Amino acid sequence: MEPIAVISIFVLAVFVGFEVVSKVSSTLHTPLMSGANAIHGVILVGAIIVADHSSTNLELGLAVAAIVLATINMVGGFVVTDRMLEMFKGKKK
Amino acid sequence: MSRTLYDLVGLAAGVAFILALKGLSHPKTARRGNLIGAFGATLATLVVFFYANPGSSLPLNNLGWILGAMVVGLAVGVPAARKVEMTQMPQLVALFNGVGGGAAALVAIVEYLHLGNEATKAEVIFTVFTVIVGCVSFSGSVITFMKLQELMTTRPVIFPAGRFIIAATLVSVIGVGGWVVAALGTTPLLVLAGLSLLFGVLFVLPVGGADVPIVISLLNAFTGLTVAASGYVLDSVLLIIAGTLVGASGTILTRLMAEAMGRSLFGTLFGAFTAKPQAASDSAEERPVRSGSPDDVAILLNYARRVVIVPGFGLAVAQAQHTVRELADLMISKGIDVAYGIHPVAGRMPGHMNVLLAEANVPYDQLEEMDEINPTFSQTDVAIVIGANDVVNPAAENTPGCPIYGMPILKVSNAANVIFLKRSMRPGFAGIENELLYDPKTMLLFGDAKASLTKVVSALKAL
Repeated sequence: MEPIAVISIFVLAVFVGFEVVSKVSSTLHTPLMSGANAIHGVILVGAIIVADHSSTNLELGLAVAAIVLATINMVGGFVVTDRMLEMFKGKKK
Repeated sequence: MSRTLYDLVGLAAGVAFILALKGLSHPKTARRGNLIGAFGATLATLVVFFYANPGSSLPLNNLGWILGAMVVGLAVGVPAARKVEMTQMPQLVALFNGVGGGAAALVAIVEYLHLGNEATKAEVIFTVFTVIVGCVSFSGSVITFMKLQELMTTRPVIFPAGRFIIAATLVSVIGVGGWVVAALGTTPLLVLAGLSLLFGVLFVLPVGGADVPIVISLLNAFTGLTVAASGYVLDSVLLIIAGTLVGASGTILTRLMAEAMGRSLFGTLFGAFTAKPQAASDSAEERPVRSGSPDDVAILLNYARRVVIVPGFGLAVAQAQHTVRELADLMISKGIDVAYGIHPVAGRMPGHMNVLLAEANVPYDQLEEMDEINPTFSQTDVAIVIGANDVVNPAAENTPGCPIYGMPILKVSNAANVIFLKRSMRPGFAGIENELLYDPKTMLLFGDAKASLTKVVSALKAL
């Protein structure tokens, strides 16, 4: 990728990230943290990429460990966030 | 699958993550937001099986290993997330964040080994960054987990010359990072990983109990940035977008949390470098307190016009949410005005108490936030504090230098009577003595919160 493209994506994503959470009530801090936590579990994609091109046993072993950890992060994160938010369901002010 | 199609799907997943964070910021759309995020992540994971690397043949190499590892991850992650008690959720989030950081560091190490001498300077620099921050996030999260699970002390751990050891570790982490960039090679990278793990431990140890959620949120943002850096090395637009989003929103969230708790973010982060032993009391002082029986409490409540219930983590530990609701319903049937005063950080994390009470079907409209409830305490006859301590401790207002000084509190001391339901005189999570316990208008009801409340309910019914 062109460095300028990378920098552009990065800077724009920073601003989007700032913007989307700028007004969140403290009630939702925990679920939001947990949800954001689940999103970075997408490193699973990176772990699969490196597992595909692993050429030694060491590389493959580390990549497999990365896949296990990333899967726990991603799937566990979304499930636990959903459980938290389920509690808020149907209780309107 | 063509590269263009692959990148477009990645972009779609990135958009899903933006919508997810946006949705999670509002109560009505939060659950849908989370599902959109999960959809984006699933999409991104599926598509990588059709295009992992330029020219990768299908099916992917090591496909069996990849699928097997994912099954193991699912078998560990899903039951953990399903079965965890809501009271223990903060530490689970910390742990999930830690393994994410660990995964990012491992991915960076594998890619570094794979590229060998073909790595560009920029790629090595990003790899070094990912290994450092990923390892810090991993070991730091493990320590926060242990603190929250109370496997170790929740107090700040300060050791002699601690700040110099921490500073020296940080300097050597940066130094070894430079060594990796200059010399390449596997050994320096492993030394770097080891030192970074150590730094993560040292960085979190001096953080006190009440600041732990802020640190989790910060480490979460850190992990996001490592994912973004991995995206550069692995040439993946999706990872750059997703990682940066989490890094940026996580930073803002960390700041918002720190504000809600009245903490200076700087003070929390660099507590490691400036921490001094706090003047926190270890054991209860030998001073007279007024303790009462469940009948005394019931009589006080029976003649009250307005009662405010202040729930804390102790309530949740005793699983007394349902009994509290029973008591509240009974008081309402007697024509007493009842409200719950919820401190933003009641429980172990911002918003934790709302989750715990929602689980017990406490009507949402009885839950009042701190700013709404505080002006009403002067018209309140009885404030019942159940398993809470730090969030009502006047020391936060009048004792400069104590660890929670400056944190906004629920001003229960303005109520005509205060009832504390406590297991013992042990101080709260932050480990600070609470003067309010010795106030003449305070009555203490010792014992397990659930058992005590059950007795109060039957005593009140009998009146």
